[in-house]
Formats: sequence, structure tokens, C-alpha cells
Amino acid sequence: MDLYQELILDHSKHPRAAGLREGYVAEVHHINPTCGDEVTLRVHVDGQGDQATVSDISYDAHGCSISTASTSMLAEEVIGHTVAEALETHAAMKAMLTSKGKDPGDEEVIGDGVALAGVAKYPARVKCALLGWMAFTDALIQSGTIAQGAKA
Amino acid sequence: MSTTSTTATTIAPVSPFTEADLAAIRAQFPILERTVRDDQPLVYLDSGATSHSPLRVLDAERDWYLRLNAAPHRGAHALSEEGTEAYENARERIAAFIGAGADEFVFTKSATESLNLIAYAFQNSPHPLYPGSERFALREGDEVLVTELEHHANLVPWQEVTRRTGATLRWIPMGEHGLLDLTDLDSLITEKTKVVALTHVSNVLGTISPVAKIAEAAHAVGALVVLDACQSVPHLPLDVTTLGVDLLAFSGHKMLGPMGIGGLWGRADVLADMPPFLTGGSMIEQVFMDRSTYMPPPARFEAGVPAAAQAIGLAAAVAWLTEVGMERIHAHEQSLTRRFLDGFAERDWVNLLGPAGMQDRGGALAFDVPGVHAHDVGQVLDAHGVAVRVGHHCAWPLHRALGIQASARASLAVYNTPQEVDAFFAALDQVPAVFGIERS
Repeated sequence: MDLYQELILDHSKHPRAAGLREGYVAEVHHINPTCGDEVTLRVHVDGQGDQATVSDISYDAHGCSISTASTSMLAEEVIGHTVAEALETHAAMKAMLTSKGKDPGDEEVIGDGVALAGVAKYPARVKCALLGWMAFTDALIQSGTIAQGAKA
Repeated sequence: MSTTSTTATTIAPVSPFTEADLAAIRAQFPILERTVRDDQPLVYLDSGATSHSPLRVLDAERDWYLRLNAAPHRGAHALSEEGTEAYENARERIAAFIGAGADEFVFTKSATESLNLIAYAFQNSPHPLYPGSERFALREGDEVLVTELEHHANLVPWQEVTRRTGATLRWIPMGEHGLLDLTDLDSLITEKTKVVALTHVSNVLGTISPVAKIAEAAHAVGALVVLDACQSVPHLPLDVTTLGVDLLAFSGHKMLGPMGIGGLWGRADVLADMPPFLTGGSMIEQVFMDRSTYMPPPARFEAGVPAAAQAIGLAAAVAWLTEVGMERIHAHEQSLTRRFLDGFAERDWVNLLGPAGMQDRGGALAFDVPGVHAHDVGQVLDAHGVAVRVGHHCAWPLHRALGIQASARASLAVYNTPQEVDAFFAALDQVPAVFGIERS
């Protein structure tokens, strides 16, 4: 099956930076009501606004391989980067996932996330792949790091 | 006479479908001929979510629009008269299919609407127009009993009605093998219980509820019994006069009929005491500026122009099911269910959820592959053209009680074949390799 690339299975079996850690500015709980997948996600940032650094993303995810792998990729791609960069990565992921297969994704921007390009062909699974990312931006909003309605 | 007329044991032996029978049946469902995912044959095992319609149903709907299209029960012109007659004939036919009279059968848009209609009858009682509606009135101290197996459609409306009335919601827990645990039934059904709402056949596990026993306990304390029959009406011969329940809801599109049409049966004396849910056109008797009076059932519960084409489509589905024979359909689905159970039993790496034997179960087969999420299992099956449902199947509390987040479910209908069951397992056998789990 072309959907389940090795990278996806690897991330879903060995999710990076998994577990909930202390030291966070916001915690959110997101669910996918159609399937019951859920993620509790904490984010820690140093500083304020766009140039703050995402110093940690910790999470407890219960879901399919696509949602778990995607959250793992989020942690891998975003921890240590600025909020501005993180939002850019999120925007690129979302663009690829909602492109119905037209956007193969840019490895320079989304790293292992390109392995999820195949998800775009399955509209029912796009929400799975976006669960952790939506939780992440929500956590940034909840913490006051970015404003409601900010890009991505 | 036994009140459990819907279990296999009381059904006389019937001749199974031959291969030619099945081929002839399938030929009436053109959608089954289509291919999916790179030209593979469609193996449709999701009829528990929605079933396909035979040509006769589509023809009936088309005929409505070609010849009859007019608002039933409105106007006196020729089309309106003929349309009204066709709509009322459909009611009669569908009611007869479940052993009821036409006056006891209400068209709704879905089983969900039927169940909400019932819940709102409780919420809207007592009603000044209906002294008998006192029997529905819910107050603090009263109790509503449901089960842990319920579909959200037979749970959430009761959560809302108890929240609004101050009554208490209680439930029969799920016990081992997905069966209802009736150990504490005596303390769950008491003088406080006003209504017991339960599923006939679980949409996830296929569990058949001991309806007669629960209804007897409920009636002993004067409680009304509401049955969600979505997963039984399409699959079993069913007679409302022997079930022992007071109200029953089912869905059109799960029984080869169109979407947008559902049914509600109620015993005549129960419906007569029920206040309306939706109000407006054609459910009224007299309207003044400050008050109105309402029609007797079933019109009282059918406000607005009805989904007539869908009602007639559903009547065509019922005619088709009757001609094929519900006993034969049930026997056919039982034989496919047995094939599923054998297949699951041969595979240690997959857990069938719910009753392990044929007793107490219908043709909904939920399963779990430990280590692989249901969505991922479903994706592999889909890649082979096999359509199953994945997720919580609108029964989240049931999954929580099983300690799992989601499951995959195969569900049967009259048109499924033994070859499709085999194709399902052939596709399922690809799952361990894709996700690197041990097979045994």
C-alpha cells in the first residue's frame, strides 16, 4: 500500500518526543469526533510573538497511524524553531494535505511530513493527519503566543 | 406464545439462496457491479451504515416524480388525490411489513427523528390537550433507562430530555461478550422508571437484546418501552404485536430504501396520548390566532409536506423484501455471519467483538486488530475494494466500555455472498504485513 510509507509506520510506532512533560504554556485536548481519535498536547515557548522559540511539544496521542505519525512529525519539525517557522511549516503541511494530491510537499519545509503526501488522496483521512497540527496552533492561541485567526 | 419471535429458533426452516438466486438478487443492485480503487470489484460490507437499493425502489421514486408529484393531503386536484393515495398506500404497506396497522405508523425523516419525536413527547408532557400524556411526564425523581450499547441516536436525546426535565438517566451496563448485563435489572427498573429505551440489535456488535424480558420488567412498573429497531427490521422477520414494546423506530436507508425517510411505530393508545414534536401544516385540526388543536395520529406527528417520493421508495423496498422473504433473508445472513465467525476464529491476531457464537447475534461484526488502529485496518481493506465501517460507529460509550477507541465493522445485507466474506478475509490477511505485526 503506497499510503503507508516506511517513514509513517516508523513515526507511528516510535513517536518522537511523545509523552506529556512539565513546563508548558498551554495544554489542549483535541478530538476527531468522527473516529474518536484524540490528542492531549502541551506546548512550551520561550519569548513572545512570532520570534518566540517553540522549546517543547509534548503529547499523549491515541489514534491511527496517520494521526500519530503526523503528530510525531510535528514535534520533530517544530521543536527548536521559531513560532513563525512553525506556522510556515503548518501552512505547508495543510496545503499539501488538502491539495487532493496536487501538492507533493516540500521536504525542505516539512521534512518527513512529505511521507504523508499520499493522505491527500483520501479526503476521509486528512483530518487524521491534521489533528496534532490543529492542536498545536490552538495551543499557541490559548497561550496567547499568537492571536486568534493568525495564519495557518 | 413466545414473545421472542425474532430469534432464529422460532423461524421455520427455509431454503437457502442458491448461487443463481443470489446472482438474480445482485443483478437488481447495479451499484454492486461497479469497481473501486483501480478497477477492483466492490465488496460492500457496510450495509449497517447504509444499504443499497434495488432498481424497483429507484423506479418507484422516479415514477412518483414522473406521474404523481403533488403535496399529499393538500389540494383537491387529480394529482393531489392520486399522490395522497400513493402516500397512504405506502404507509399501509410498510406498517403491514412490521405487523402494524396504518394508523399506528408515522413517517419521519430518519430513525433519529423518530427517537427525538418520542423523547420530545416526554419532554412536552403533560400537555393540556391530552390528559393521558401524564404517563409521559418526566419530573425530578423519575428515571429513564437506556443501555450502554446504544447508538448515539438512542442515547443523546434521552440525555437532553433528562437534563431539561430533571429526571435521572440510568443505563444497563454491557457485560461479557457484548451482552447486556441484567444482573441488577431489579434495581435498574423500579417504580421510578418511566421509560426504557434500548436497541434491538446492536449496530456495532450485532448483540440481540433480550427485549421480552426487559419489556416485561418495564411494564410491571408501568414504564413504556422504546425499541431502536434499525438493525433488526431490515434483517429479521419482525412483528410489533409480539415484541412486547410500545414504540419502535427504524430507518429507511438501512433497509434498501431511500435516505431521508424513517419510521415510527407506536401502539395506538400510546400514540393517542402523545403530544406532537414538530408542529405546523397538516398536523392541525383547527387553528386560531392564540391556539390550535391537532389531528389524531399519525397525522399529528407529520408536520409539513412529507417526503412522499421517499415514502413510496421505502414501500417498494418493503415489497421487494417481502417477495424475497424475510425468513430467507435472515437465514442467508445467518449463514454468512457463521462464515465470518469461522474466519475470525481461525485468526488469533484479530479479536471479534461481541457475541462469539451465533446465539444472540445478528450480522454486524465489529473487530479489533491489536496494535493496528481501526482506521488503518479499514484503509487496507479499502485498498482491496472492501468497504467496512471504521471508528466508533456512533456508539462511543460502547467502545469506551470495551476499552478500545475504535473498531472496524463488517455488516451484512441480503445481497452479500460467501465469496465476499472470503474476499474480506483475503484483504484482512494483508494487514499484519503492512503494519509489521506478528501473525499466528
